[in-house]
Parts: sequence; structure tokens; C-alpha cells
Amino acid sequence: MKPKPGALLLNAILIAGAFLTVAPLLWMLSASFMPTGQANSSPPPLLPSRVTFEHYRELFTHLSLSRAFANSLLVSVVGTLATLVTSSMAGYAFAKLKFPGREGLFRLLLTAMLVPAQVGMLPLFLMLKRLGLVNTYGGVLVPWLASVFGIFLVRQVAQAIPDDLLNSARLDGAGELRIYRSIVLPNLGPVLATLAVFVFMSSWNDFLWPLVILSDDRRYTLPVALASLVGEHVQDTELMMAGAVVTVLPVLALFVVLQRWYIRGVMAGSVKG
Amino acid sequence: MSATEVRASTGVVARGAKRATLAGRQARAGLLLALPSVALILVFFWGPVLYGLWLSLTDFDVYAIADPSAVRFIGLGNYLHAFSEPDFWNALRITLVYALVGAPVSVAVSLATALLVDAKTTRWKPFFRAVYFAPVVTTLVAVAIVWRYLYQPQYGLVNALLGKFGIPRIDWLGDPHWALPAILVLAVWKNFGYNLLIFVAGLQNVPRELHEAAELDGASGWQRFWNVTLPELAPVFLFVSVTTMINYFQLFAEPYVMTQGGPLKSTNSLVLLMYEQGFRWWRLGYAAALAFILFAVILGATAVQMRLQQREGRA
Repeated sequence: MKPKPGALLLNAILIAGAFLTVAPLLWMLSASFMPTGQANSSPPPLLPSRVTFEHYRELFTHLSLSRAFANSLLVSVVGTLATLVTSSMAGYAFAKLKFPGREGLFRLLLTAMLVPAQVGMLPLFLMLKRLGLVNTYGGVLVPWLASVFGIFLVRQVAQAIPDDLLNSARLDGAGELRIYRSIVLPNLGPVLATLAVFVFMSSWNDFLWPLVILSDDRRYTLPVALASLVGEHVQDTELMMAGAVVTVLPVLALFVVLQRWYIRGVMAGSVKG
Repeated sequence: MSATEVRASTGVVARGAKRATLAGRQARAGLLLALPSVALILVFFWGPVLYGLWLSLTDFDVYAIADPSAVRFIGLGNYLHAFSEPDFWNALRITLVYALVGAPVSVAVSLATALLVDAKTTRWKPFFRAVYFAPVVTTLVAVAIVWRYLYQPQYGLVNALLGKFGIPRIDWLGDPHWALPAILVLAVWKNFGYNLLIFVAGLQNVPRELHEAAELDGASGWQRFWNVTLPELAPVFLFVSVTTMINYFQLFAEPYVMTQGGPLKSTNSLVLLMYEQGFRWWRLGYAAALAFILFAVILGATAVQMRLQQREGRA
């Protein structure tokens, strides 16, 4: 069967759109391999005249981007683990365990989603300053220790766990915490995977909060390190592109591998109405 | 924990009493499991929000950081100060442009692309979905830097591409007329894939029979979109437009990295103004007031939008 002209046009538009969408990322990659100065020539070259890794080498030796990379990894991994623990516990509790004040507390948590994050940012900074947490990893981590979105997400899934399953475990004499550990947690596997991908990427990409709370460049996360680098090396296009690649590549790779889980999170977030 | 387990396994208890202790145990476990999240969110979110409200009513500034006793309560002074500052009105106007022009454009691009991706004759749907989504997962700071170079007047690819169509060079980020649209293009590019995904899911939930019935009645593609697709999509559309608008109200990293709010403050958003006042000049009282004004604006705009779209849905 021959495709209709309309269908051909449609697919052509989509391919052109896809190309435009990835073009900035492809150019970033290409320019990061160009010899110094090549990107600043007219007309702008699309491909490196010769492939060089010197910018990556410089980033990881002189400019200590490896340190920022490690900082980002540390913050994202610890933040993700913390959110998984706190959200799985609270999500299950709000879904299945009757305790006094449950509905009121849940509503209070949900209302937090209405308040823009910036509203609490300055006072949180002052609070953490008093606690001596400014310019520490702990300070960067504070917003990632618990998540309203995570609780909400886990609660949705935990509600589907059959009560009979929990009750028969209770009759068998299992304690509540044991039930959480050995019955509830295994059932939450997929939603926790989704939450993990989500939190990891958001904390990896976060900018405003680490910018506010960190002043020592030895503790900078990648986005903050990159933003300060561009101040000093604005002329070094190829170097900056290598820095952008180092920052973007891990999350992009993670997305390609774990697409399914990430997309589930987007969908779950969109049906909260 | 072991104590509960031991208690659970000891002896035979009367049924009624057992049910009571079970309920008590459940309540205790529930509180215990919810406690870490609830405590963290109360202390590190609601606490600061309330503290911020108080802060916005004080003259907390750089001196107060050294000596907190120097703080004075000044009532609505910071808010009145904001209303008398041209910089505030400028930032508010620009933030409104971001939210009321940028967000609708972004939603329109997402919807148009979603319709194309969802069309019957489209091949490789998952591939397109993934490619269009890719910018969403990238780090904003990194791609903003990339776009800064793309917009470079002499060597940037944007001008090179437009030059092919005979369009003269534009100093995108250096010209007060072009800097804001340039930032919006970056923002749309970065975000449209997110809503695209939600729209595609919504489109797949539109019952096929409705389309078939409309087709039998001789409705054109455009009529079908207007009378079948759009009404069916209404709840998704409301969700997407409200959340997108809220995000555009909070635009910060794009102007911070690309223009620092310039040229001539033409891209200075409210959040950027708040950041500068708070963390560059340490006027924390004033900056807290700006945050609450932004909050009020967002609440107001959300309420208006929900009311409008609900009325539209009923009509």
C-alpha cells in the first residue's frame, strides 16, 4: 500500500520538528569537541574540524568539575533515598492506617503544593543559617528529604493494596512495621522506581536553592558550578559546551534508559485533580 | 518495633479487646510512619512560610543578619515600598508577560504537536514522544548556556539559520525588544514536551466512536477537533494551562543565566528581583514581601483561569 501524501507531509513535519528539538543538544555535543576558537567563526561550523577532548580534560583537571559532579551525585542520591523512605512510609500510612488527625494532616500537606517554593526560601535560608547548615551538604539536601508529591503518589498506589492481605497478616501476628516492610514495600516497587527517577532528576537539575545555600565553590553542585564558570569563561564556547554536556548527559542517559518510569510519574502527576 | 511484635504474639486475648488493641497499634504505627514526612514538611516548609510572612512585615536587612535584635516591625511597609518602586512594577509586568503570553504559547505548541503525534497516520509514535520530551529532562542552567551561544549575534546558529532566509542579524539577548521573546522561545523549547505527553495521553482517552460518529455526520477535521476533541480534552486542558501558567510565573534561571534580567531590565522576573533583593542586597524583609506578592498574583490568576475555563466548559 502506498502512503497518502497527507500522511507523508505529516511525518515530514514531525521529523523536521524532532530535528529542530534536538538540534541545540546536538550542537552542544558537536561544539564540545571543537578545537578552541572554532565555534567562534563565521559562518558557524556544525562539525568539529578535528575532534579534541581537551575541554573535557581541562574541566576535570584545572576547573575541578569532577568535584561538582561528585557533589551533585551525592546530593541527588541521598535526597532520592531519603524521599523514598519518608514517602513510602507516609504514603502507606495516609492510605491504609487509621490514626487521629489523618485527614487534616493530609490536607495540610496537599495545600503545600499550592505555595510556590520561593515563598519559603528566604526564611528557610535564615533558619538554616541559625542551625549552621548554610554552605553544607545538609543544607542543600533539606528540601529533598520529604516530598508531598511523593506521598501523594505512593498513597494512590497503596490504596489499591487489598485490606484482606494486611488483615490476614495481622491475624497471623505480624506487627504493623513488619507488615510495612514485608508486604507493603514489595507492592510499592514500581511506584517507588518512578518516584526515584523523578526525584533524582529534579534534584540533579535544581538551581535556585543550591545557588542560595552554597557559597563555597568546593560544595557547588553542577548547575551552580556551571553558572559560575560561564561568568569567567564566557569566551570559551567549546569549554562551556563540554561543561553543559557533562551536566546534561547523566540525566539524559537516565531518561533514555528509564523512560517508562519517568513517563508514569508525569501521568500520575497530571491526574491529581 | 520488636516490642509490638512480641505483644502481638503473646497469649490469647478476648476478641473485642484484641480488636481495640489492633486499632490502637494501627494508629500508633500510622503516626510513626507519617511522622518523618509530616515533621520535615512542617519544620522546613510551613515553618519558613509563616516565618516569611512575619519577615515580610519587618525591616530585616543586612544589619539584622549580624544583629537580629535590630529588626523592627514595620507593618505593611515593605508592600507599600514595592508598590512605589518602578523596578517592582517593571518586574511584575514582565512576569505577567511570561505567564500570560509564554504559557499559552507553550500550551498551544504542546497541543499542536500532540495532535500530530497522535494522528492515525503517524509512524514511530514512541520515538517522537521521546525526542520531543528530551529537553524536559535536561538541566535548565546547562541548556540556557547553550542557547546563549545559539543566540550570539555574530557566530550563533539562530542568526545563521535566519540569514538563509534573508533575515538580517538580530542581537537577540542584547536588544531590549528581543531579549524577552528569545527567553520565551528557550522556555517553550525546554518545556513543551511535558504537556505534549499529557495531551497525548488525554487524546488517547477520547472515545473512537465519537470521532467516527462525527465523521459519518460529515464533520470536517477542524470541526471534529473543535466539537469533539477539545470538549473531551477540557479537564486535561485546564490542568495543563493552570500548571504551565504557574511555572511561567516562577521563571528564574533562564533570565539569570542568559541576561541577568537585562538589557535595561527587560527580562527581569519577580523571582529574579526577589533573589537580587534578598541575596545580593540582603533586604530579606523586602524580598519576603515580594515572594508573598508573587504568591498572591499566582493565586489570583489561577482562580480567574479556573473560573473562566469552567464557564467555557459549561457553555
